[in-house]
Amino acid sequence: MITFDKVTKKLGGKTVLNEVSFEVPKGETFVIVGLSGAGKSVTLKHMVQLMKPDSGTVRIGDDVISAARGAELERMRRRFGVLFQGAALLQWLSVFDNVALPLRELTKMTEEEIEKTVHEKLRLLNMEDSLEIFPADLSGGMQKRVGLARAIIRDPEIILYDEPTSGLDPVTSRLIDALIGNLRKELGITSVVVTHDLQSALAIGTRIMMIDGGKIVENAVPEDFIKSTNETVKRFLESQYITRRGAWEKGMEQYVR
Amino acid sequence: MIAPFKEIYRYLDLPIRSFRRLGRIILIACHDMGNALIMLASATLYIRTIWRPRARRETVMQLYVTGIKSLGVITVVAMFTGMILALQTGLELRRYGQEEFIGSAVAISMIREMGPFMAALIIAASVGSAIAAQLGTMAVSEEISALEVMSINPNRFLVMPRLVALTLMMPILTVYTNILGILGGGIVGTTQLGVSFQTYFDNATRYAENKDLYVGLFKAMVFGVIIATVACYQGLSTTEGAVGVGRATRQTVIISFLMILIIGYMITRLFYI
Repeated sequence: MITFDKVTKKLGGKTVLNEVSFEVPKGETFVIVGLSGAGKSVTLKHMVQLMKPDSGTVRIGDDVISAARGAELERMRRRFGVLFQGAALLQWLSVFDNVALPLRELTKMTEEEIEKTVHEKLRLLNMEDSLEIFPADLSGGMQKRVGLARAIIRDPEIILYDEPTSGLDPVTSRLIDALIGNLRKELGITSVVVTHDLQSALAIGTRIMMIDGGKIVENAVPEDFIKSTNETVKRFLESQYITRRGAWEKGMEQYVR
Repeated sequence: MIAPFKEIYRYLDLPIRSFRRLGRIILIACHDMGNALIMLASATLYIRTIWRPRARRETVMQLYVTGIKSLGVITVVAMFTGMILALQTGLELRRYGQEEFIGSAVAISMIREMGPFMAALIIAASVGSAIAAQLGTMAVSEEISALEVMSINPNRFLVMPRLVALTLMMPILTVYTNILGILGGGIVGTTQLGVSFQTYFDNATRYAENKDLYVGLFKAMVFGVIIATVACYQGLSTTEGAVGVGRATRQTVIISFLMILIIGYMITRLFYI
């Protein structure tokens, strides 16, 4: 569904993505892991053309989003919902108005229909009690849930998550993981998750890809990813106390589907 | 490299590097100006959507922020501008026994130049910098990216209401500045220079022409467009976190001031020479 074909991107003279090619099949939860500055978020931004590649193409189905402009780009972007790292809620709008924003701006729905849809999505994310609260008065986890409600308000085909668990405590992180899992199961949405939280990646991913120095070093299902013989992957796993053998011994298999 | 050429190259190195740096600055300035004009054109085209409920609400809010919230500082600055003008001009005119003409001197100065100019400087420093800081913060916290991904055009959603508010409010604030400036001049004329209120206002209204008022208001409108364009462009193109927001705010004030001065001179030249 999402196809990267030899995508190269340089930022400030540094090659952030170097001829990166991969595919995200429909209905999967595709997790991109890597160290800070590895190019994970840059990859995600290319999927919605918040960045354009220096060379190569990014396709969404048959549409080449990397070359799209104007109304065509807007049409392609409407297939996406994005949860940004800091939730990116508009600070002067309440929770309700933030979630309702895409419906008010882009559809001809009546206020009654909008209210019903917003309630429905916020109920899905256990945020129905916070309608009139402003983002500054919400915790990080709650902001992410509101951001997620806004991302799914127009029932997108694909949701992109940029570090959905960063800055959250472990309990809230697992709650967000569960929400991402539920969205895939209940709505059949294709998800792309960028994270450096391996526990989260193993819990939600149907496929995990690791980027290092602008190149893909591993792209496998979680069972194979954890057994990877690639030195970079091994170091990454070990840095999070997950060793190929130890993972199973310490009961980490619960995080691998 | 052969020794004499090496020497020549060493002497030429500094000017070449300076020339290269200057070229780069000019290219970046042209690039920024082009992008700012594209943003302005796009926001202008979106004015047709102003009657949508959210756009209308946002525009009214911006009119309030630009107009009502700036009234305090404008009142003080306008009064004192008129008072200073009256005092300086009046003291000179008194040497020739012509102090009763300070009314016309203050009125013409305020209506033609000082009114639009002072109002624009105050709005650029207060409202323009606030717009740049707000949009800059939104840019670095990915709120602008979020709007783009939702297919909500920031030029329609954010720039257009601010552009409309500043363009409409600047002439109104200029009229207010003119009135208070002339009033301030009248107070100084009466209390310090011995010119009666009646004489002061007779002269103030006798020599000022309609053209002065129209050109002043036209200037104010242009200044409103300049402030909105510079502030929104600087805000939306902010990068590098809090440092970037500070830079965008500073750049907004500096660029707006310079453009107000230069464009103000050009308009005066266009209509009076």
